[in-house]
Amino acid sequence: MSSQTLFKFESQKVAKPYFVFALMLFVGQILFGLIMGLQYIIGDFLFPLLPFNVARMVHTNLLIVWLLFGFMGAAYYLIPEEADRELHSPKLAILMFWVFAIAGVLTILGYLFVPYAKLAEMTGNNILATMGREFLEQPLPTKVGIVVVALAFLYNVGMTVLKGRKTAVNVVLMTGLIGLALLFLFAFYNPENLTRDKYYWWYVVHLWVEGVWELIMASILAYVLIKITGVDREVIEKWLYVIVALALISGILGTGHHYFFIGAPAVWLWVGSIFSTLEPLPFFVMVLFAFNMINRRRREHPNKAAAMWAMGTAVMAFLGAGVWGFLHTLAPVNYYTHGAQITAAHGHMAFYGAYAMIVMCIISYAMPKLRGIGEAPSNKAQVLELWGFWLMTVSMVFITLFLTGAGVVEVWLRRLPESGAAMSFMDTQDQLMLFYWLRLVSGVGFLIGLICYLCSFKKSLQTAADDRPVPLPAETA
Amino acid sequence: MSETFTKGMARNIYYGGSLFFILVFLALAYHTEKTIPERTNADQLTEAVVRGKHVYESNNCSGCHSLLGEGAYFAPELGNVFHRRGGEDGFKFFLPAWMKAQPTGVPGRRQMPQFNLTDQQLSDLTEFLEWTAKINTNNWPPNIEG
Repeated sequence: MSSQTLFKFESQKVAKPYFVFALMLFVGQILFGLIMGLQYIIGDFLFPLLPFNVARMVHTNLLIVWLLFGFMGAAYYLIPEEADRELHSPKLAILMFWVFAIAGVLTILGYLFVPYAKLAEMTGNNILATMGREFLEQPLPTKVGIVVVALAFLYNVGMTVLKGRKTAVNVVLMTGLIGLALLFLFAFYNPENLTRDKYYWWYVVHLWVEGVWELIMASILAYVLIKITGVDREVIEKWLYVIVALALISGILGTGHHYFFIGAPAVWLWVGSIFSTLEPLPFFVMVLFAFNMINRRRREHPNKAAAMWAMGTAVMAFLGAGVWGFLHTLAPVNYYTHGAQITAAHGHMAFYGAYAMIVMCIISYAMPKLRGIGEAPSNKAQVLELWGFWLMTVSMVFITLFLTGAGVVEVWLRRLPESGAAMSFMDTQDQLMLFYWLRLVSGVGFLIGLICYLCSFKKSLQTAADDRPVPLPAETA
Repeated sequence: MSETFTKGMARNIYYGGSLFFILVFLALAYHTEKTIPERTNADQLTEAVVRGKHVYESNNCSGCHSLLGEGAYFAPELGNVFHRRGGEDGFKFFLPAWMKAQPTGVPGRRQMPQFNLTDQQLSDLTEFLEWTAKINTNNWPPNIEG
């Protein structure tokens, strides 16, 4: 089967290297996660070669960058199809792939092999000090490189949309991507006043993951649902607007839930609590959206795995971002839980549910077509992919449950008692060891799931002739 | 239902709602900026404090520690370590000695690297953490342990 019957525009295939590299970085992220999981238990594991903070910045930076590669791949795949024209410049997309990939690898190598203060000195941190803040540990040249890649990417997909059909899907996606790029500029603003520093840092982090990234997630989900269910575009796009309206109406002022205890004024205790209570709503609607559209489907798409990812991402995002987020978002609760293991519990499930899973959802949908396999991988390959889905998802649920347990005990021992009766940080950590062991075992489960998932790509090359899913007639959406 | 609530209405709520709340957000940013100097004792934000923040960042202290609850959760909260380790009289002696003594080398214990900071850097870091401890954080953390 020629791949040209599988996707409409030749230039969509530039998505493939983005997806492949994203998954490679994902593996790296999990390996470093496991290292840190062990360091929580054996405190000097790999010290001084790989101190905890270095493993952590590798883990978090790999996460963010693999998701960015995933979003870009998703955009390169779906925007030409939605806009109904070829991508403006496939060559630029491939060039930017290499620029971003090489810059990313060099940055990770810098973290691993150069002491951080020396890396800062070598890379011009004294010209403009942007390093050393969580998630923004990148040297200045890397940050500039990210801006260059983002601008080239936006230009490329932007021109494609401007000259082509503007659907709700690609307009919302473009808004999210433009917002992502513009908000990243705050990464260059590092005030001398720590409170002000923190205030604007959240313009990048919160307004990304609880703002514009939700636009990106929702539009990719809408696209996949249009493709696999055949439900009328008008219905799906209406739901999309409802979801993103709820996301921004709740999430913009919801930023205040990060402003409770950093030196910002007390009005934020009220604004942040009230608006972030609304933040689970868009995720709840996404669950209804995914399940309802699949329930009302007008075709039996052979890619069952993609449908699972679509439903799964909505549910896990709702649980991780929505429910777990709500658990610690009210100021009187957060007063006791702020900066402890409950935060880590929420963060892991939220990121996995919302963003890791939506990227795996679009990969699940697009990759069989990009690889010339068909509308879906073989049934055997889909089974293996679903093993990966369930192992990763259930492992993540357990990681979250164990860290929540750790967090509750931590708050009980360290935060609730008065000074003098409260246990110290280090003594408290010793009391949490059981939870950390269980978390680590769950992390190994997650890695096994990831391996199953990756093996499913290999499996789909070994299809039996009689195991092929039934090809669809030409799509009309 | 689908006739009364159209895609166009949903889109307008999205645009209108987002714009409205962006404007409110900007107004609250203006209000926040106005309160920051007093809440953070900006008059005590000396050159040494600024240099100390730079030491904190360029050695990636946030990679293990939390500061006002933000950062990593591998090592103790440092927003109030000034109060926890000696305060006005004692912290300026505690911190340089502590930093020079790392790593502890206790088997199995979480280790802090030796950052080889100069005496000037140690002094600046001390100033930074003292200034941080005096920010009005709405009474956070709940107790001395951070």
